[in-house]
Amino acid sequence: MKDTLMRYVVKLVRQALVASIWLSFLTLPIMVIRVDTIEQTVTWRWMHLAYMAVGSFVLALAWYAMMDRRDRGQAKKDLETVERVSALSQFLSDPRFAKPLMAFGFLVAAAFPWFFSLYQTNILVSAMIYVVLGLGLNITVGLAGLLDLGYVAFYAVGAYTYALLNHHFHLGFWAVLPLGAVLGAFFGILLGFPVLRLRGDYLAIVTLGFGQIIRLVLENWGDFSYGPSGISNIDRPGLFGINYSVEQATTYIYYIMLALVILTIFVTARLKDSRIGRAWLALREDEIACQAMGIDNTRAKLMAFALGATLAGLMGVVFAAKTTFINPASFTFMESAMILAIVVLGGMGSVLGVILGAFMLMLLPEYLRAFSEYRMLIFGATMVLIMVFRPEGLVRAKRKVYKINVEAAG
Amino acid sequence: MAQNTTDMNNQNTGNPVLSVRNVSMNFGGLRALSEVDLEVRPGEVVALIGPNGAGKTTFFNCITGIYTPTDGEVTAYPKTGKRKRANGVRINGMRTNLVCELGMARTFQNIRLFPSMTALENVMIGRHCRTKSGILGAVLRPAATRREEQEVVDNSYELLTKVGLEKLANEYSRNLPYGAQRRLEIARALATEPFLLLLDEPAAGMNPQETEELKQMVIRIREEFKVSVLLIEHDMKMVMSLSDRIYVMEYGRIISTGTPKEVSEDPQVIRAYLGEDDDA
Ligand SMILES: Nc1ncnc2c1ncn2[C@@H]1O[C@H](COP(=O)(O)OP(=O)(O)OP(=O)(O)O)[C@@H](O)[C@H]1O
Ligand SMILES: [Mg+2]
Repeated sequence: MKDTLMRYVVKLVRQALVASIWLSFLTLPIMVIRVDTIEQTVTWRWMHLAYMAVGSFVLALAWYAMMDRRDRGQAKKDLETVERVSALSQFLSDPRFAKPLMAFGFLVAAAFPWFFSLYQTNILVSAMIYVVLGLGLNITVGLAGLLDLGYVAFYAVGAYTYALLNHHFHLGFWAVLPLGAVLGAFFGILLGFPVLRLRGDYLAIVTLGFGQIIRLVLENWGDFSYGPSGISNIDRPGLFGINYSVEQATTYIYYIMLALVILTIFVTARLKDSRIGRAWLALREDEIACQAMGIDNTRAKLMAFALGATLAGLMGVVFAAKTTFINPASFTFMESAMILAIVVLGGMGSVLGVILGAFMLMLLPEYLRAFSEYRMLIFGATMVLIMVFRPEGLVRAKRKVYKINVEAAG
Repeated sequence: MAQNTTDMNNQNTGNPVLSVRNVSMNFGGLRALSEVDLEVRPGEVVALIGPNGAGKTTFFNCITGIYTPTDGEVTAYPKTGKRKRANGVRINGMRTNLVCELGMARTFQNIRLFPSMTALENVMIGRHCRTKSGILGAVLRPAATRREEQEVVDNSYELLTKVGLEKLANEYSRNLPYGAQRRLEIARALATEPFLLLLDEPAAGMNPQETEELKQMVIRIREEFKVSVLLIEHDMKMVMSLSDRIYVMEYGRIISTGTPKEVSEDPQVIRAYLGEDDDA
């Protein structure tokens, strides 16, 4: 026992030592040697080498130790069955704990605007928009396995629907909200049809192109969309014609979003465990077998595209009403990538995972502002670390255990 | 035996359940099937055998809509309900899911389960085409949908017991042992309520005891579900003892057909299997 531990430690130290020596050697010219061209001198800063060596040694040691732990965890996980899930998810799925936990979460969310500043509430509204976007894309990518890199296009459709209708016809938020959803679904199907036969990389490229086309149209068709300068003075959501301040408007939108988030969670969670949801999973797992078992692939795909796009269209309307100004710069590929990252980091197919992913990816950059220029670096490193140590995302999608009616089954 | 079962569950006397006439399949210059004729009658177990690369799997793909045959006619005669049609349904070129809905369900030579779904869910997928709740039903969960869901679960569980997998119902299908995966594929196919079960090498990779159990299972299934079975298999012991009739395929052609005894005595078959060269 002691012997194996000893050998394990020696192995780790050796690995870390090799990594550290290599790194010190590679960085020697920049870290140690300084050539001063004015004084014509060369300074050798040997202390830097020591810093480099010690620093990289410690980091490498930590890295290898974590990798090792992960690999051993992986080996164990391969044997894992549905019943043997982690304590946390068992805890979360137990109705005795889940119900009060959800109620508590709801109370906190409902009270939030009264205890926190306008700034915090605003951040949370953005985060909630991304929760819904993430859950929408989760249907297309996480459940049905259709890699959609142009998701933001549907978001743009919703936003421009409201902006233009409001600008030209003074239509209100509540009138356009369902319309944004319907147009989102329409564009979802429009994209769905040509890509029915595509899978994987090809599908990704075509959807990427679709996203770019929508953005380019918005940028260049000035008569229609007012080009890069965008549309401003969009009305905030109306409340029985009452006038209210910006602060009140933010609180109002906050509650609208809270309701939409709850609705979306409800709908997607139910869809996931339904006949349709199972068909999407089968489609993701093996398209040929899925079709051979009698599932209409075309329908299942179009439904997945349309439902995902519906939620994006809905969010587009809310986004336009929240910011009161939109232009094509809000709908770049970066947005699509961000939403995809939410789904992948959170855990493909898992509703809870996507929610956590959205909050993490939206709130982290905000609260990392204290680190100023290192902000994005830390953000990126966090994403990489999650993927290395939890390749299936923060929360692993778990399959429902169905209750069998033994009497009927005989 | 063939005669016996044919009488027992024959609802449309005289008609086969599947009739294949003159089917050919070309892949570019390669002729994988050429002028294949084949017939499966109600309640029969028919085997399709032949050396590797003969075109057996290609034949399955042609009659299940995965490939559209270059030439020929494939006609199915569904036996029940609104699917029943007096002069059959032409199914070459039909979409795969519609062929399955019509009542022809298959398994795959290289197992194609849904790995990250449980065994039970795999079977539940088979029930998809026999149920109909949609998005609205899924979200609102009215009584009808809940009832349908429970029926799907119960039926699927029952099918798992039929293939002896009820203990593994909540196991991810990727974690099942090999033999269990093959049986799960059969349960999933049965869930679609087929009149014809197409099995592509169901005993591949099984030991003799598992193969024997599989054979008994196929016999039971045939009786209980009143299905006909068309089976591709390399295990001669199983083929000879299980099938009512055998078709032998070589280089995409049917070179012999008949009862197990007739076929095993056919010199052409012996030559194909022993690779005897007569000229050259
Ligand atoms: N999609 C395809 N494109 C081109 N050639 C194909 C295709 N599918 C099958 N073939 C060819 O058709 C021939 C028959 O293959 P098939 O898989 O049907 O054989 P098989 O009888 O099932 O053999 P096995 O016993 O090894 O399963 C082979 O030569 C194969 O290479
Ligand atoms: Mg084959």
